[in-house]
Amino acid sequence: MTRSTVGVVALTLLLAACGAGDPKLNQTGPEPDLPGIRQTLVPPMRIAKPIGWGDGTPSVPAGFTITAMATDFQIPRQMLVLPNGDILVAEGRGGGAPALRPKDVIAGFIKKQGNTQVDSGNRITLLRDADNDGRPEVRSIFIDNLNAPYGMAYVDGFLYVANQDALLRFSYQPGQTRITAPGEQVTALPSRINHHWTKSLAASADGMTLYVGIGSNSNIGERGLALEEERAVVWAIDRATGARRTVATGIRNPTALAIEPQTSALWAVVNERDEIGPQLVPDYLTSVREGAFYGWPYSYWGDNVDPRVRPQNPELVARAVVPDYALGSHVAALGLTFVTDGGFGGGWSQGAFIGEHGSWNRQDLSGYKVVWVPFANGRPSGAPVDFVAGFLTDDGEARGRPVGVVFDPVRRILLVADDLSNTVWRIAPQRATASQPAVEPDAAPVR
Amino acid sequence: MDVASTTVRLILRPLHGIILAFPISLFSAALATDIAYLRTAEIQWTNFSAWLIVGALVFGGLALAWALVALFLGRGQPGEKARLAHLGAVALMWLLGLVNAFKHSQDAWSSVGAFGLTLSILCAVLALAAGVIAYSRPAPGEAR
Repeated sequence: MTRSTVGVVALTLLLAACGAGDPKLNQTGPEPDLPGIRQTLVPPMRIAKPIGWGDGTPSVPAGFTITAMATDFQIPRQMLVLPNGDILVAEGRGGGAPALRPKDVIAGFIKKQGNTQVDSGNRITLLRDADNDGRPEVRSIFIDNLNAPYGMAYVDGFLYVANQDALLRFSYQPGQTRITAPGEQVTALPSRINHHWTKSLAASADGMTLYVGIGSNSNIGERGLALEEERAVVWAIDRATGARRTVATGIRNPTALAIEPQTSALWAVVNERDEIGPQLVPDYLTSVREGAFYGWPYSYWGDNVDPRVRPQNPELVARAVVPDYALGSHVAALGLTFVTDGGFGGGWSQGAFIGEHGSWNRQDLSGYKVVWVPFANGRPSGAPVDFVAGFLTDDGEARGRPVGVVFDPVRRILLVADDLSNTVWRIAPQRATASQPAVEPDAAPVR
Repeated sequence: MDVASTTVRLILRPLHGIILAFPISLFSAALATDIAYLRTAEIQWTNFSAWLIVGALVFGGLALAWALVALFLGRGQPGEKARLAHLGAVALMWLLGLVNAFKHSQDAWSSVGAFGLTLSILCAVLALAAGVIAYSRPAPGEAR
């Protein structure tokens, strides 16, 4: 071995050692362990090489089955079940922030290696599976020519779609399989640069208010704080008038919003900042409290100051709230759905499913699964449990990457969008038999 | 005057000067934009620094190759110590510049900070030193 080879190997090991997490730290739940800040000259980047599923499927706990409900999407992200049971799948990819620094050029190229090479769909596809056999009888392009649609909500005869630049409203008749009339703009959404372009959407329990999650325009303000006006916020939009107000701020990238069924409170999954270590900062699940400031960019997990942000803002940091529940660092939570109407029963009757797209900023990959967070009385009540797994091979290659999740209480199924294999997965309980005991969350996932 | 020394005088020496001018000016400019960033926290200054450092590394790489070739071709001829010193300055400048490029890839204040500023000062000083060493003695074949 030449000296230079030894050098390269030593450097790689050093970087790898810097980029892996300490498995002893507990990074989930209401009080995650937070290590000290660890900045490295080269951020640890590990991209799981996409290889697809072949004949395989993700794994689910004993007592459940998983099948591919439909494939060949053009980057499926979020989903919505309409009142008649039709399933909508929003497809597309937005963003396209220009490279400002040499780093943007290089990191952009590397991250691209872990994503699908399919072109953005910019559309919503409808699936109809009236007989609930897992095979849709009807598949149609429901709405075409959208602009990176992501969040969707249905209220009272109207479908609301959050494009990356505007909230649109479409009038909808039950049974419709295609809408050709152009959408009516409810309100424009912040779209300049659009570093985090996804606009998540949920309707309040009474249907009067639409909540939109708007992500930050940078990791921690490195494009300048002037670009962060009305970014990293959740908006509440009056459905009747289109008037909007800002409900929560400093909430870095609220990628999915949902209403908790017991309390009717708004909850969000939020992606936190990168490049201060493999175990900082945990992404989180939180109730979105009125008027709350969640720290970004000045601090994380309450008042832990991020030294990269100048000028600092001690007044804001002092009133930064601590999120409710950590999901783990860099897991990239992108999907959130609460079970309603008893869920899958047993230990699965109250809680949330969360789709974790998976990490790039640590050597020990995290996320790449769908977890279950049990709730009691409208609050998280236990450790997260892997529900859909097997997205990674033992060699750390990616078969798929989960995004949006939606629970359909009528058919008692969970749907998971996978934007790497461009598939929608359907998870259903196996029919109960005498030899099949009640399904419980602590049952180990089977491959 | 022979052909070789004419070539050196008319083409190679000015070309070397031009190549060396890039790391000298770009590293110095990056030092200035670093100071501007640390004084104002205006992000655009550190963006300028990042690109200036990359440019300095590209031309600094050419200067480094030049210094290596000059040292190799000039073995046993007068001025060997100066050429070695020049190579050392350029090599150290380039390595510290590479570290500085990674440092400037960190986000916001971490892209400069005390360490980035120190690296920028060292790179600018080493570039200037390399220029001084290279041009403080007459070109080969010139009248002494």
